[in-house]
Amino acid sequence: MKTITVRYFAMFREHAGLDEETLTLDATSAADVFVATRDSHGSDEPSGHCKVAINDVMADWDSPVVDGDTVLLFPPVAGG
Amino acid sequence: MISITSDVIDPDLLRKTLFDPGAGAYTSFEGWIRNENEGHSVLRLEYEAYEPLALTEGRSILTEAQDKFPHLHAHCVHRIGLLEIGDCAVWVGVSSPHRDEAFLACRYIIDEIKVRLPIWKKEHYADGHSGWVNCERCASHA
Repeated sequence: MKTITVRYFAMFREHAGLDEETLTLDATSAADVFVATRDSHGSDEPSGHCKVAINDVMADWDSPVVDGDTVLLFPPVAGG
Repeated sequence: MISITSDVIDPDLLRKTLFDPGAGAYTSFEGWIRNENEGHSVLRLEYEAYEPLALTEGRSILTEAQDKFPHLHAHCVHRIGLLEIGDCAVWVGVSSPHRDEAFLACRYIIDEIKVRLPIWKKEHYADGHSGWVNCERCASHA
């Protein structure tokens, strides 16, 4: 088990009702974190439509997570 | 250079940052707030960004453009906060020796900005509802 801080943005934050939470998760990848927090972020979007960063660096869904990481979950972006 | 701002974007001021004696071409793109989206009457839009990574990713996009098109100067500004109909939400400007690379680079930059920067917008509709825009679905025609 790993202690992971998860940060939510935009529609994910509104659904979760909080900016971030620290969780104990059985996760090996960013994708595992996305699935484990589905009740919080509330998204039925496939992860491929969303983006993820780990410790303020853009990452891939198969990027590994380690104890103490901060995982940032980004809903589908809409700049411009 | 890229910046995220809650201030009004002034294209006339920004274009002057791209003046270069070696540049024979300047192109720009302005993204404006429009009053309709997918059949909904839109009153205003609310933008938010995760600035640390929006800036990092934006700098990468401008560097990529400059790698593709030598001697290119490129600048982008994106608004955040509450925007009204007609407001400029994003401005991209480039200058280069010739027009072909100026058009291509400007198009490259705005297309990448829309799908890569952690920026989100919520539309506020005339019927009182609001909703987040999902550009993974609308990127092809946005």
